[in-house]
Amino acid sequence: MPMISPEEIRAILDDHNPVHLETLAGDARRLTRQYFGHAIGLYTPLYLSNFCASHCTYCGFHSHHTITRVKLTGEQTEREMQAIAALGTQNILLLTGESPQATPPEYLITAVRLAKKYFQGIALEVYPMREDEYRALYQAGADGVTVYQETYDCTRYAEVHLAGEKKNYAFRRQAPERVARAGLRQISLGILLGLGPVAEDLAALYGHLQELERNFPGVEYSLSFPRLRTIKAREFATATVDDAAFVKILCLTRCLFPRVGLNLSTRETASLRNHLLDICITRVSIGSKTSVGGYLTDEPPGDPQFDVADNRSAGDMILHLNAHGFDPVFTDWRKIDNI
Amino acid sequence: MPDTFLLGGKTFTSRFLLGTGKFSSKEALHASILASGAQIVTVAVRRIDLNRPDDNILAHIPPETVLLANTSGARTADEAIRLARLARASGHGTWVKVEVINDSKYLLPDNEGTVAATKILAAEGFTVLPYISPDLYAARRLVAAGAAAVMPLGSFIGSNQGLRTREFIKVLIDEIDIPVIVDAGIGAPSHACEAMELGADAVLVNTAVAIANDPPLIARAFALAINAGRTAYLSGLPQQRATGEASSPLTGFLFE
Repeated sequence: MPMISPEEIRAILDDHNPVHLETLAGDARRLTRQYFGHAIGLYTPLYLSNFCASHCTYCGFHSHHTITRVKLTGEQTEREMQAIAALGTQNILLLTGESPQATPPEYLITAVRLAKKYFQGIALEVYPMREDEYRALYQAGADGVTVYQETYDCTRYAEVHLAGEKKNYAFRRQAPERVARAGLRQISLGILLGLGPVAEDLAALYGHLQELERNFPGVEYSLSFPRLRTIKAREFATATVDDAAFVKILCLTRCLFPRVGLNLSTRETASLRNHLLDICITRVSIGSKTSVGGYLTDEPPGDPQFDVADNRSAGDMILHLNAHGFDPVFTDWRKIDNI
Repeated sequence: MPDTFLLGGKTFTSRFLLGTGKFSSKEALHASILASGAQIVTVAVRRIDLNRPDDNILAHIPPETVLLANTSGARTADEAIRLARLARASGHGTWVKVEVINDSKYLLPDNEGTVAATKILAAEGFTVLPYISPDLYAARRLVAAGAAAVMPLGSFIGSNQGLRTREFIKVLIDEIDIPVIVDAGIGAPSHACEAMELGADAVLVNTAVAIANDPPLIARAFALAINAGRTAYLSGLPQQRATGEASSPLTGFLFE
């Protein structure tokens, strides 16, 4: 039984009455404080590689772009990790492009083992894998996996994923289930807002999360809602999700899933992040660099996946949180051997 | 004679245990501990930032307070055991609140896993306070496993719903010989008072204090309510009845 239909979501998105929005935000804020208190989780992304074998029309990393391709060596990875650890956060998100060829599971396992030296919480945002590959990452020390379906609309999915393994909708849709079976403790799901029909995508995402909660209740789930941005003057969005709609989506999600974490990256501006922290966000990235090699040099060789819109340093973000009644959480797990 | 509370071989004058999550700042936490008079505070092992010894949560807990490390985040007995051992190895004492929770939606404890972890940790010398759904069989097994107390939930953790499990907690109070500490769901001082009137040995509160507008003030209110409930319990509350009772007994004539 779906908890909310696309029609009901559309009615909420099409309702421009500011009083209704304020009520929704108030409910979202109350639930967030009740279940998460004033704690805000912190993490920092590390882009290991921007090699990509898939052709996703909307992505800055895709295989047909003539961007500079870079993959960190073990030594470079460790130096980047040291730079991130110095920011204070003990949660790292390791990212790659969708290329099992350039960054095979063994490469990722090595990165996870290195990360274990510096961080308490280790998550990956990489290409979908088999269950045994996820298990190997878990046993190496990974705690979480982020895998966004991008859009749940199969037709739209086929239109924008032209080549590479990412074309395989079903393999991606079932990835979170394989992650859970492999034993990982955190799963982050999401859609790329604007890529597909928003109301339908949201309803499908909620349904997917409900299904996972029922089958794998022990996993800690969180959701992210990256908004599609224009790349090199080409517009791929089918719908524009403006700030009001974005806030509505996050608040609605909080009301439907009071205990589920809501992440917000530095794709969004400092101002919007500040306001949303006060309403429903429970986890933010800090000090993010989205280029491969970005933590060691201001002019990294690899092009970024997206331009950071919130350029505050990690220290400034922590100061902001402290000054506004939030408790920045640097560590939310203690690494124990996952074997 | 003062009313003291014996737990884990120590004697306490306060029956108020305070949780340390969800506060807006370490300063608010510190002020709330002082206002609460709590002598035992629980801290999630996973939230202790070993890289920040000067500014982690432990730096804001008064030194005379007993630290009760909790295994929040553990999904299995094995994970709870590892977290408890890590806490001890990193110098955070041997008092542990065992939480084994494998459900992120309701956050209900897994009693079976909790019993398994308690058995091993108690044998290793930990003072174990297990967090459970109020079930008599689980509580008996915990007594046999060497638990120092049982901590049944009043309602869903963080829900502030009060003693929804009242009748089941009463069974534990009546039947279990180790202390019963009501944990989770205590959302108002009146709930804490009710638990103490019922005969609970202590209560643990976190969310209701941490997210209040004035945490130290409500911490003080909880302390007063806990004392009131305890005093009422000791006084022997008049029994509640479902029906009215004639002030002139029906069979009184037999003894006239």
